[in-house]
Amino acid sequence: MVPLPYRVLTRHQELTDTVTLRIAPISKRLADPLPGQYEMLWAFGIGEVPISVSGLDDDGVLEHTIRSVGAVTKSLCSSKVGDIIGARGPFGIGWNIDRATGQDLLIVAGGLGLAPLRLAMLEALANRHRYGRLALLVGARDPESLLFVEELEQWRGRFDIDVEVTVDAAPPSWRGNVGVVTKFIARTPVDFSNTSAIVCGPEVMMRFAALTLADHGVPPGQIYLSMERNMRCAIGHCGHCQFGPEFICKDGPVFPWTRMEKMMLAKEQ
Amino acid sequence: MLSLSAIATLLSNLQSDGRKVIAPVLDDHAIGLAEVDTLDDLPSGWTERQDGGTYQLERLERPELFGHATTAMSWKKWLYPERTMLARASRDSGSVVIEEPPPEAERMAFFGIRSCDVHSLDILDRVFLDPVDPTYAARRAGLFVVAATCARPGGTCFCASMNTGPKPTAGFDIALTEIWTEEHHEFFAEAGTQEGQEQLDSLNGAEASDADLAALELIVSEATKTMGRFLDPSHPRAAAGRYEHPHWDIVAERCLSCANCTMVCPTCFCSTTEDTTNLSGSVTERWRTWDSCFTLGFSYLAGAPLRNSAKSRYRQWLLHKLVTWHDQFGTSGCVGCGRCITWCPVGIDLTSEIAAVAQDSGGPS
Amino acid sequence: MKTIRDLLGEHQLFRSFHPDLLELMAGCGHNVHFEAGKQIFSEGEPADEFYVLRSGKVSIGIAVPHRGTVLVETLGPNEVLGVSWPFPPYRWEFDSRAMDPTSAIAMDAECLRTKCEEDPALGYQVFKSFALLMRNRLQATRLQLLDLYGNHAG
Repeated sequence: MVPLPYRVLTRHQELTDTVTLRIAPISKRLADPLPGQYEMLWAFGIGEVPISVSGLDDDGVLEHTIRSVGAVTKSLCSSKVGDIIGARGPFGIGWNIDRATGQDLLIVAGGLGLAPLRLAMLEALANRHRYGRLALLVGARDPESLLFVEELEQWRGRFDIDVEVTVDAAPPSWRGNVGVVTKFIARTPVDFSNTSAIVCGPEVMMRFAALTLADHGVPPGQIYLSMERNMRCAIGHCGHCQFGPEFICKDGPVFPWTRMEKMMLAKEQ
Repeated sequence: MLSLSAIATLLSNLQSDGRKVIAPVLDDHAIGLAEVDTLDDLPSGWTERQDGGTYQLERLERPELFGHATTAMSWKKWLYPERTMLARASRDSGSVVIEEPPPEAERMAFFGIRSCDVHSLDILDRVFLDPVDPTYAARRAGLFVVAATCARPGGTCFCASMNTGPKPTAGFDIALTEIWTEEHHEFFAEAGTQEGQEQLDSLNGAEASDADLAALELIVSEATKTMGRFLDPSHPRAAAGRYEHPHWDIVAERCLSCANCTMVCPTCFCSTTEDTTNLSGSVTERWRTWDSCFTLGFSYLAGAPLRNSAKSRYRQWLLHKLVTWHDQFGTSGCVGCGRCITWCPVGIDLTSEIAAVAQDSGGPS
Repeated sequence: MKTIRDLLGEHQLFRSFHPDLLELMAGCGHNVHFEAGKQIFSEGEPADEFYVLRSGKVSIGIAVPHRGTVLVETLGPNEVLGVSWPFPPYRWEFDSRAMDPTSAIAMDAECLRTKCEEDPALGYQVFKSFALLMRNRLQATRLQLLDLYGNHAG
């Protein structure tokens, strides 16, 4: 499958190293992604990377929140409005939150993990009646590293969502929580035995969050993580993204904890 | 039953049919694979002496056409080229055109492919035909397979314990078994497909006699007994999930992460991508090239490799090849060809490595 | 009107204590209330009391040159502020401030230490609870130490 040319419509600097690009199809358009899916974005001459979709606008405009961690992401982050990049996809198994219909839904986001979860939250809000309690836990490094602050504040203001935001450390002006995000799981007002949890963030954070959720009674088959690995092809041909028997690109990136637990507790190094 | 000259006719018929015929050839003190013109290009009368980290050619007394076992390299490169272009992007004053090159189709015949390698084609089909890789699919669709039984398995062969040989049983158009008697040098030939049957019909071979069938059975049973290695079928399952087994540290001290094993393996399919540009940056191309999970950069994620140690990389390769391949594709990833054992510079034998991990260590597993 | 003993019994850390032990402990406690912004204690001051939090939010911070007081944890209902009280030199090692209006039971440290010495059964329960609290806090702190969300690209 060949990438399609997409034009950068807007560029928003979220954090010092993180940028949100809104990209629009130039002629042909990719299929609309589901929450939790990703596209392979191509910086010509440099390479491709998998980036989760964090927003979907009219006319097939896609939003991607990208952190500069290597040559390709650095190039994408320094794109200017009007630049053209390649995009192919959407790929992967998404959050599928409608399987949590009739349950409480708990969303746990760490750092950049809030980006792939944003579409899940928007979908949950658009179908609010399907779920019992809806809770969002957000962890970040410090107050300056919080993503989508305005949207978080909006959600926090609603009566039908519980939003808790915490940071690992903060300056004295911070009036919010300080502490590791897993600490807040205990006090989230959901019925753990009847909850689906979707978790995204650094792997260590997801591991501890999943263990904590399971300790509190969330059935392991109802805890979902979004995994990340080196990807080249996104279709299960290049072999790079394998994690045990799973191809993260096409069997995931969203997996239930039951399929991840044993391997995540083994040391890869 | 076919004579040697009928075999030669078969080869030229395939060529007349517009096919490139790939067959074993002598190549730089080894038996490799190349496009051939006539049957004379095959390494008649040669065999290989193979062991861990050891490969040598040896002359046979008789001009046996199929006297050797595996070839040094596998057949995969003919279906799955080492380098393929995936896309080209051309930029011209603000607009970009992205093109996908057409599949690199080739009409070919594999002549003298062994049973283990025939099985590897089925294994690669499960990778590259779902989803479809266009070049692989195009080449595979037109491929004519003339398989050959191994009368002389190699020192590192273990197809018998993998149920992949020594006699081809499926996946071929024609299968040949070379039979020497005091009077004759003939080939037992059977068709596996309609097209194979048509080719055989045009060669007017005689029906096989009971003596011929008995000779065939003897060859196969002798070959089955003289395999160089053995893989216990219970070991892969027993080794599953044993990420912390102490044996990984032991094999890690020997493994050089040289990636030879993945290069010669007929089923290893990992690749990477490369972006190239012209000087002005107006044309960029994205290429796919063979890769190996043994390279340090293979598992690179946001700045560093996840599998930093040779231990973790060997473990990944072995458990994938023999264990998790079943979960992914429904078969083992190994066909028992033994090439990885032969071509490992330090002679690591995966049949003993998996046996070691399958043993209870007494420690945490 | 609830007694100190009742309030202690409602708190997660002491919920499993036998009522007699709660009664013993209650003798060391009294209700306190901090307005938002009030400094509860400062680094170096004597750790005379610790606080069993009932409602509100408090911060724990460390003064760092050029960065002011960096907040390293916030605590709320069902948590306890103050783990330095059992051990000499009985001094606060951090700063603490009430972020929101906060109600707590202030426990006199010397009173409780004495009672624990005199009554090993009480001492064992109290120290067991605090060991759990500190273990949880240590684990959480270790995760914070990893700087998981930091950009560690090479």
